Amino acid sequence: MKQKTDVPQGTLALMVLKTLDVLGSLHGYGIARRIEQISGDLLAVNQGTLYPVLLKLEQEGMIASEWGASENNRRARFYRLTKEGRKQLQVETQDWQQTATMIERFFAAKAEDLS
Amino acid sequence: MKSTKRFFARLISFATAKAQDQRLSEEIEEHIALQTDENLRAGLSPDEARRQAILKFGGREAIKEQYRSERGLLFFENLARDLRLAVRMLRKSPGFTAVAVVTLAMAIGANAVVFGVLNALILNPLHVPQADSLYGIQHGNEASSYQSYPDYLDLRDRNRSFDDIAGYDAAQVGLDDGGDPSRAWIFLATGNYFDVLRLQPFLGRFFRASDEHGPNSAPYIVLSYSYWHTHFQDDRGVVGRVVQVNKYPYTILGVAPPGFNGTLVFFNPAFFVPLVNQEQVEGVNDLNARGHRFIFMTLGHLKPGVTKAQAIADLNSIGSYLEKTYPKDDDQRTFTLARPSLYGDYLGKPMRAFMTGLMFLSALILLAACANLGSLFGARAADRSREVALRLALGASRARILRQLFTEALLISLMGGALGLWGGFVLMGGLSAWQPFSRWPAQLAVNPDANVYGVALFLTLASGFLFGAFPVRQVLRTNPYEIIKASSRGMTGGRVTFRDLALIVQIAICALLVTSSIVAVRGLLRSLHSDLGFDPRNAIIADTDLSMAGYSSARVPQMQKRMIDAAAAIPGVESVGLIDWAPLVSGGTIDTRVFRDATADLRPSNAAATSFQYGISPEYFHAARTALLAGRTFTWQDDENSPRVAVINQEFARKVFGSAADALGGYFKKPDGTRLQVVGIVENGKYSRLTEDTQPAMFLPFLQSPSTQTYLAVRSDRDPAQLAAAIRAKMRNLDSGLPVYMGPWNKELATTLFGSRMAAIALGVMGVIGAMLSITGIFGMAAYSVSKRLRELGIRMALGAQRKEVLQAALGRALKLLGIGSGVGLLLGILASRVLSAIVYQATPRDPVVLAGVVAAMLLLGLVATWIPARRALAIDPAILMRED
Repeated sequence: MKQKTDVPQGTLALMVLKTLDVLGSLHGYGIARRIEQISGDLLAVNQGTLYPVLLKLEQEGMIASEWGASENNRRARFYRLTKEGRKQLQVETQDWQQTATMIERFFAAKAEDLS
Repeated sequence: MKSTKRFFARLISFATAKAQDQRLSEEIEEHIALQTDENLRAGLSPDEARRQAILKFGGREAIKEQYRSERGLLFFENLARDLRLAVRMLRKSPGFTAVAVVTLAMAIGANAVVFGVLNALILNPLHVPQADSLYGIQHGNEASSYQSYPDYLDLRDRNRSFDDIAGYDAAQVGLDDGGDPSRAWIFLATGNYFDVLRLQPFLGRFFRASDEHGPNSAPYIVLSYSYWHTHFQDDRGVVGRVVQVNKYPYTILGVAPPGFNGTLVFFNPAFFVPLVNQEQVEGVNDLNARGHRFIFMTLGHLKPGVTKAQAIADLNSIGSYLEKTYPKDDDQRTFTLARPSLYGDYLGKPMRAFMTGLMFLSALILLAACANLGSLFGARAADRSREVALRLALGASRARILRQLFTEALLISLMGGALGLWGGFVLMGGLSAWQPFSRWPAQLAVNPDANVYGVALFLTLASGFLFGAFPVRQVLRTNPYEIIKASSRGMTGGRVTFRDLALIVQIAICALLVTSSIVAVRGLLRSLHSDLGFDPRNAIIADTDLSMAGYSSARVPQMQKRMIDAAAAIPGVESVGLIDWAPLVSGGTIDTRVFRDATADLRPSNAAATSFQYGISPEYFHAARTALLAGRTFTWQDDENSPRVAVINQEFARKVFGSAADALGGYFKKPDGTRLQVVGIVENGKYSRLTEDTQPAMFLPFLQSPSTQTYLAVRSDRDPAQLAAAIRAKMRNLDSGLPVYMGPWNKELATTLFGSRMAAIALGVMGVIGAMLSITGIFGMAAYSVSKRLRELGIRMALGAQRKEVLQAALGRALKLLGIGSGVGLLLGILASRVLSAIVYQATPRDPVVLAGVVAAMLLLGLVATWIPARRALAIDPAILMRED
């Protein structure tokens, strides 16, 4: 069976930003759930690791948080993207796509292309 | 930016750690609850649903730890932990802590004070805006700056390099503001003075160039802030008030800003008066005399973009113009620029050299203190090697352990620095309030500013890191397995270690300081007993300036004669002499060019010599105990109606006539062409400074060379205080409005001895600090080596070693280092004395007393430092020691 991949922290942060961008305000569990769904269980997110990432993003001003009521009416911390976070997301998406394109081309290259 | 924002966010969360922890717990609980709900919906049993949720969340404590390190400042948390441990460790050894803190406090305090003085004297002396471009105009061929008023005007108006040029002269006036008449030192300043300095008044207004309309046209006063504070009690109503200056009415215009005390750092004038009023203030009008260089100094800001070299070239071209146009008065007019605050290079150069030397020495002291503490620290680290090994074995990183050690070092250095700075402040406060001369308004405000704080903090941290770094290698090389297996003892090396070198350096520095201070003190003592050409003991100097009480022309000598007679009539007074400037006292001297009788063209370059000139009464030589070697002294018949005569000293005779025999009866000329006949020859003496070379001097009858400046030398065996009171009463009888200053002559020499005295004190203090450092250094080393080798020594004793051999084994190394260090230091001290000889009269290390003194001091030092370790080594009881392990 294929091993589930560990997620590098930067990637996880980007995923969090994207998730919040798409879904708006969300609590920690919601974000974790969402990432799990989209990645099709490919990522072995130890869900707890999400929280240090959230804290870091918040300290950097990318996201903001406030207390709110969860679906079962308990107190939960809700996170949302800030303006700055949205800008950062754009930049990083671009960077990421560039890198991806580059790597893709590199892998697509055949021996004769390089000679 | 991102990282700064993050830093502040972290700083905040560091402060609110508890609340943050709780928030995380809550979030985790919520997360797991939601996951459990999900799992329940998927059909798991409640227990299983929760178990799965927890599993999926991952290691909760690990997350919390990660969260914490993300959240707060792990660095600070660790620091707090290290600090707590450091405090505990230091508390466990209070002796070590106290020694370390006090040692550092002395070293850092000394540095702070020396730097504070350096800052106040040299780095930031004047408290005027843009001091960087402010220069004094100094003569090219000597370190002096005086100018005549016409020359000043030419320099001011013809130059293209300065924004504007101001000039000033220092003078003493009698001030009568309704109370007692008092004397005050003032600056006679050109009208543009304050504008050139770019100052704004604190109160009222300054006088300006537009206030000057010829001689005595500007009877205005600008008070200095401190004089306003002390004499007018901060009364804002003084502006506009009229006071009497030398009996002339003057209007107070305003008050200068606080901190500004004139443009000489060592001379704080009470107030400023326009220079055009020179006649009323100094009793003479030199405003048109090109040959009379009475302006003490001229100064101004360079225009932006003009370099020093360009400005000098510009001034020199004006100089050659002056030389060509006024050949009789102006000769060799070349210029340089120098900082005005210490009268150009005259005091600036020796002061800078001395302060730099002092700073260097105090830095060395700090270095020695660091070396000392470093070796103590290293020793402690060695003692703690088991602890270190244990921690390493338990998984602590070496970096973590080093950090702990550095925290301890920095804690000590911060405590030492704080204590030192506090001591330094007290000292600087004392220095600021100190007025070394009763006669001169010299006071140096040593106010610690940001620079001083910065330097103190930097030195504190630097020294902390420096001595904290000593045990680094030791820790890095620690092999936990080896150390725990073996006992911690037994690491004694025979080779010369870094620690040995550090100790040698330290002892050398100490010996250097001891040598220099003994040289300085010897020089000082010798200068007190040197041949001055007069005897300052058992004599009182009473002085006044008759122009301050409104005397002029013929009334001056009449009054002076009455003063002499009145003083001579006091019972117990042996003799009374009058002189217009008392040698070595008044600071100011008049020197005049003199020409051989055969010289017809009296241009400056043809002068045979430059000589000090004094006007004296007939009795002066007797009262001063100056030996008359040949010829006669003056009589009361040598007045304005009789032929001009002079008494000269040996040096004058040698320079102008070739020998004393040729001089007696011979003639010489003054620059104005007056012929004087030599009627007597007196011994050489010291006139302006103790360190001066032998200078020519001539004495003229005061009736032929009148001056309002009056110094009475009153010789008597009576108690100085009583005598002074009697003289004062007599003078008051003659004229109650005459301000008279009085003091024993030998005390009045303080001004000239000031430099050497300061040097001796500074070096002495440094020497004491250095000696204490060496003692702790040697003591530390000896004590450590004894404690490390207790077992070995015990075995030796058990095998029958003699006390001498034991001592040699225990202390030999320390004493050897002491010997080497002292030798090196003594050599350095001998070299350093050359620098010292510029300040201290006859400072020479080629003096058996100096050599013997240094050797004795170093021996004593070694004895003190090794006393306790030696006792300990001798008290070893092998039996007890062997049983121990």
